[in-house]
Amino acid sequence: MPDAIVAEGLVKKYGDVVALDGMELTVPEGTIFGLLGPNGAGKTTTVRILTTLLKPDAGRATVAGLDVVRDAARLRAQIGASGQYAAVDDHLTGAENLEMVGRLYHLGIKHSKQRARELLDRFDLADAADRPVQGYSGGMRRRLDLAGALVANPPVLFLDEPTTGLDPRARIGLWDVIAELVAAGTTVLLTTQYMEEADRLANRIAVVDHGRVIALGTADELKDQVGGDRIQLSVTSAAHLESAARTLAPLAVGDMQIDATALQVTIPVAGGAVALTQALGHLAAERITVRDAGLRRPTLDDVFLSLTGHEADEKIKEKETVR
Amino acid sequence: MTAITLDRPAPVARRVSPAGWFRHTMTLAWRSLVQIRHNPMELMDLSVQPIMFLLLFTYVFGGAIAGSTGDYLQFALPGLIAQNMLFATLSTGVGLNSDITKGVFDRLRSLPIARSAPLTGRIVADTLKQVWAFGLFLGLGLVLGFRVHTGVAGVLGALALLLTFALAMSWISVLIGVIASEPEKVQIFAFSILMPITFTSNAFVETSTMPTWLQKWVDVNPVSHIADAVRGLLTGGPVAGHATISLIWALALAVVFAPLAVRAFKNRV
Repeated sequence: MPDAIVAEGLVKKYGDVVALDGMELTVPEGTIFGLLGPNGAGKTTTVRILTTLLKPDAGRATVAGLDVVRDAARLRAQIGASGQYAAVDDHLTGAENLEMVGRLYHLGIKHSKQRARELLDRFDLADAADRPVQGYSGGMRRRLDLAGALVANPPVLFLDEPTTGLDPRARIGLWDVIAELVAAGTTVLLTTQYMEEADRLANRIAVVDHGRVIALGTADELKDQVGGDRIQLSVTSAAHLESAARTLAPLAVGDMQIDATALQVTIPVAGGAVALTQALGHLAAERITVRDAGLRRPTLDDVFLSLTGHEADEKIKEKETVR
Repeated sequence: MTAITLDRPAPVARRVSPAGWFRHTMTLAWRSLVQIRHNPMELMDLSVQPIMFLLLFTYVFGGAIAGSTGDYLQFALPGLIAQNMLFATLSTGVGLNSDITKGVFDRLRSLPIARSAPLTGRIVADTLKQVWAFGLFLGLGLVLGFRVHTGVAGVLGALALLLTFALAMSWISVLIGVIASEPEKVQIFAFSILMPITFTSNAFVETSTMPTWLQKWVDVNPVSHIADAVRGLLTGGPVAGHATISLIWALALAVVFAPLAVRAFKNRV
């Protein structure tokens, strides 16, 4: 299968800040590639370079076989981009927004209107088609923005954090649409801060931090990289938390995570269910009251933590409290 | 939901042809004009504000300044038209800035369209808005008692002069629009410059009523010359000198600000 997107050694600096530091990625045609990382990791900069909005300081990239710098003008006809901040015109109706895009693609006025209606139907926006976008909800705006990227049915689609800030229902709705597009042969590069999103949608995932890819693989491969199962258990008091951690330390095959607020301890173990039974036995012997205990597969959060030493969500939480 | 079955786009030419550029410009101009329908603020700017100014100036100041509202209207309408033309040039910068800050600009730039179309589309739309405002002022002025003493050629000449000057001014508007961090700042910045410039002119009162030091500025102020030229073109009187000075001002503004604006725009593109 030929590669729809290839980036080699992309570097981008803003003054002293290095946004991209040798970004590499390869996306085969007809697949979804997830770029996963915290804010400031370089995800958006990568997308802006690949969609010709920004020139790299070094490195090269091709999309649909066209160089993002040299063939920028031709490339723009092959891509669709939908961003984190829905780029829709507040003072136009949903239908007019899409009609404008169609006309800019030279679809002609009649065909543009027709295409707009098709897309509005498809994205459940038919009822709001003739209302100004100003009155749309966040989810509706996002869907309209994505529809705008699909007007000319481009073979390669860039989605920069398409579901950030959406409620769970709107998010799942958008996931279904993206999955359908890929089923129809579109190549998608998706950036996200959400492990669940990358896990659910992406065929392959690149974990990005400080402008570089620090791990690459399918969700399962990445999870395997950080080892086997985890025992996750919560106790009833801080004192118990400490003794539980001490008691179980011998079972751990990697770093334990201790969450003092949730009174929760997570231990990577080798033996699966056997280890869990053992752990519970040890805790009972020490008279430590366990409120909840279970065995789980590593999540992408664990992957991120073990790769970078910090949680992917850290910065998101900060951002949310600022708001 | 049905699966998408549209054909893939045909490969397009490397560079956008002049015909393509024209279509993109017209589509984006269409977009700016359709916005008016859904944006009450635009309607205020375009229609309510001119009507309000015209009525206020005529009936509140008219008697005090010129002795009668009719005489004052005959004097002040060209000045009001000139002032409104200058304020209306702001809409280019405000619109451009809100596109940039809201991400619409990025969407447009990721499309296979002429690079300059987002700019030229706005300018075409804003020129049409200028024509509308001119027609509104003149129409309402005629209803209130303003009389054109020249003829169609005079009216068209006044319009042509105003549009030329507006086009030159719009480069300043574009420059501010590209640089400013939010649309409100475009408005505040431009207002604090345009307000004193338009009022320290002969647009609303005779220069001879002002202190001597101020008269010196008023005589240089391009707004005075545009107002005088429009007066001449609509109600008779000297035109050539004022029109020439207005056009020289327009040229100077364009020569200084067009390159700055284009450079700033290209940096954002």
